Amino acid sequence: MRRKVGSAAAKTPVRAKTPAQAWKNGASAPCQFPLGCKGFSPSGSQGLKAAKFPPLNAALEGPLFHAIFSVRERMLIILLIAFLFDLRAYAQVTFDRLLNSAKEPQNWLTYSGDYAGRRHSALDQINVTNVRSLTAKWVYQTGATGKLESTPLVVDGILYATAQDDRAFALDARTGRPIWLYQRQLPGDLRPCCGHVNRGLAILGDKVFLGTLDAHVIALDAKTGNIIWDVTAADYQKGYSFTGAPLAVKNLIITGVSGGEYGVRGFIDAYDAATGERKWRFDTVPGPGEPGHETWEGDSWKVGGAPAWNTGTYDPQTDQIFWPTGNPAPSNRGEGRAGDNLYSNSLLALNAATGKLNWYFQFTKHDEHDWDATQIPLMIDTNGKHLIAQANRNGFFYVLDRTTGKLISANAYGKTTWSDTKDSEGRPIANKNSSPTLQGHTVCPGALGTTNYMSPAYNAQTGLFYVTARDQCDIFSTAPQPYEAGHAYYGSAYFPSEDAKPYLGFLKAIDPATGEIKWKFQHTTPTWSGVLSTAGGLVFTGDAEGNFIALDAASGKPLWHFQMGGAVYAAPMAFALDGKEYVAIAAGSAIYTFALP
Amino acid sequence: MASICGRLRFALIAMIATASLAHAADGRNPLADDPKAAKAGEYEFRINCALCHGLGAQGGGRGPDLTRAQKKHAHSDAEMFQVISNGIAGTAMPANGTNGQGVGMTDEEIWQLVAYIRSVEVKAPANPLGNAAHGKALFYGDANCSLCHMVEGKGGRLGPDLTSAGGSRTRDSIIDSVRHPSNHLAWGLTEATKEFPQEYESITVVTAGGKEISGVALNEDNFSVQIMDSSEHLHLLEKDKLRSFQKTRKSMMPPYDPSSLSDKDMEDIVTFLFNVGAK
Repeated sequence: MRRKVGSAAAKTPVRAKTPAQAWKNGASAPCQFPLGCKGFSPSGSQGLKAAKFPPLNAALEGPLFHAIFSVRERMLIILLIAFLFDLRAYAQVTFDRLLNSAKEPQNWLTYSGDYAGRRHSALDQINVTNVRSLTAKWVYQTGATGKLESTPLVVDGILYATAQDDRAFALDARTGRPIWLYQRQLPGDLRPCCGHVNRGLAILGDKVFLGTLDAHVIALDAKTGNIIWDVTAADYQKGYSFTGAPLAVKNLIITGVSGGEYGVRGFIDAYDAATGERKWRFDTVPGPGEPGHETWEGDSWKVGGAPAWNTGTYDPQTDQIFWPTGNPAPSNRGEGRAGDNLYSNSLLALNAATGKLNWYFQFTKHDEHDWDATQIPLMIDTNGKHLIAQANRNGFFYVLDRTTGKLISANAYGKTTWSDTKDSEGRPIANKNSSPTLQGHTVCPGALGTTNYMSPAYNAQTGLFYVTARDQCDIFSTAPQPYEAGHAYYGSAYFPSEDAKPYLGFLKAIDPATGEIKWKFQHTTPTWSGVLSTAGGLVFTGDAEGNFIALDAASGKPLWHFQMGGAVYAAPMAFALDGKEYVAIAAGSAIYTFALP
Repeated sequence: MASICGRLRFALIAMIATASLAHAADGRNPLADDPKAAKAGEYEFRINCALCHGLGAQGGGRGPDLTRAQKKHAHSDAEMFQVISNGIAGTAMPANGTNGQGVGMTDEEIWQLVAYIRSVEVKAPANPLGNAAHGKALFYGDANCSLCHMVEGKGGRLGPDLTSAGGSRTRDSIIDSVRHPSNHLAWGLTEATKEFPQEYESITVVTAGGKEISGVALNEDNFSVQIMDSSEHLHLLEKDKLRSFQKTRKSMMPPYDPSSLSDKDMEDIVTFLFNVGAK
């Protein structure tokens, strides 16, 4: 799209008051480029500049600037500055932009929307008063089958997302038309657990990054989808794979491996974004001589699991990443791996630059129920306290001091039967009779957990933590298996308990200060949808019946819904373009976007 | 020289074994009658199959009893291998590795599974020994089953079609469903991407106009419900336009206790269903 240069609006840079206003102002400003606004997005960037450089904007409007330069010169200077900043904005997603993602709410730069994992958008054009008129804008069919778990990224008018079988693609965010498509050629003997799924990309510089099912980490050119580098992280034939969206921190691409069902030895890796060179690896099961190694019986550590398959968060104040880990292997049989089995089912605080462990907190010790603690660890700052909260798969909502890793509170937020007592630190500990048996033993929550990988959201205005929850109990029955590389290594079979029907699904709003559930919205059946919170006073979520739903963030009252025709296994996100706020979500085999008419 | 021949012969046998493992050219399980394979297959079964087919393969609420020698979709080992690998279109039986929870199995593991299923098959199945003709008469007559259930295109629509029930379910589970219909509600519509199928729940609503409608749920979500009432009328309703909405897991089917349906008559009906299901 081309627009005329030199309109009145172009001479008067917009001064932003809040990020939310910035994108609106910017979006209505015409193109400022000497050659017109070709390339990606002609709008949205003005708001970005205004938000990022308010002192400069003020100087350009000041009397001194006007006194020194002629009209023509002033215009050239403004155009030159605008051009330089815009080049940077279009071509590069710098670490600085990731740090300051709150200043450009028109974009969605990381899997969870910010480093804190809040999945909250500052956009407020769609709000409690007008959401009833929200309407579908475009739909993109991925052609993939199975569970579509991806959260898109949006940068300056381009939407990047993934689909099953390691598809990645870039779409014109205004129309949904593809710019490039990448489809990995996966090996025929690939047998990943839990579907050929992928949850998304990281973006840094001019590349997007994907962890693949055959355990590679790859960098694709953001403009073409061309492979820039491709490194092998581990051997997929031994059950290693990647499904989670990586996290870009400084010059590093950080990601954790999947494979807790195969007896992998889990790890978290950091790669140089420019070259793909591995900069550090943290083994989530300590080897001989390392602290924590004594928590494994015999050689069980070698196949101890503890994968790290979801996306962590990052605290720039302390330069730490918080990365959660999954179940010990075999997942449902503790025999043969006596001990706490560190660092399975833990939250790890690692130095982002080195991967060195600062602290850890283990949620479920010596787990026998497949309760991966891989839920998003969400950073909350309140009353001068620096907290990290996680709604755990084991049914408890944990709040930790993220400086020390000390537990502050742990409260059940769903149906749990496995723990009636807490240890001296306040951590729920397993009842003696909660282990699987040959005949089968019913435990709540079931193996799928009270929640799972689905992303929660946090809104600082309401002070509420929103999370998808399910009440389901399973019968856990042992099925002892010897370890064999690349083969399933569960040690148990589990079944939903018929007696515990119906299985209930909810969206719950938890007050992190008290653990109290302020409201809950009941789904018809349990859902795998994540949650988006927005400054419009809304939370968005999806359901298993194919509805996309907007609710009042304060009360949980449903205000709007749209039937998408396929179940939701992904989390929603928001972006803005042309002065319009969009919300987007994957459902069925497609990505849907919505905006006001 | 002899040892070279021996090794060559061994290599040839190994190649053939590998080929048959992958392709099952002769249609027979290469691991047949290997008790170790059957044991390994039992673990595979508990992890991958028991969710639907029950521990011990005797049929869960969802999948058929596999201990019956006569199977609907697979007779030879090779057919069983194909069914496990590729699933059965139009049923809840998924292709290997696509149920979204478990790990897919290797060819070898599938053969182990086949060996296990063969090992638990009851050679002379405990088929019900009632009078099928009398069972049929009861089904379409005095027992009133056909008011709500169809068999081979004849009967009512309110309850599940029972044409295939006798071919897939155990005698005991059919009897349990007749005696205690609310214990395990039957499954209705299964949508491709949805985790749970719709169950035969009972719904009562009052419309904005004050009309009360009761029936079974054909489908439901948070905003709409699709009901069939006892006169087989469809009601497609938006929930926010209803005055009230109530749902229970008490089946609309009346429980048949032995005073209303004797054990002998029960056996006759099950025999009728088994005969139909075996077709």
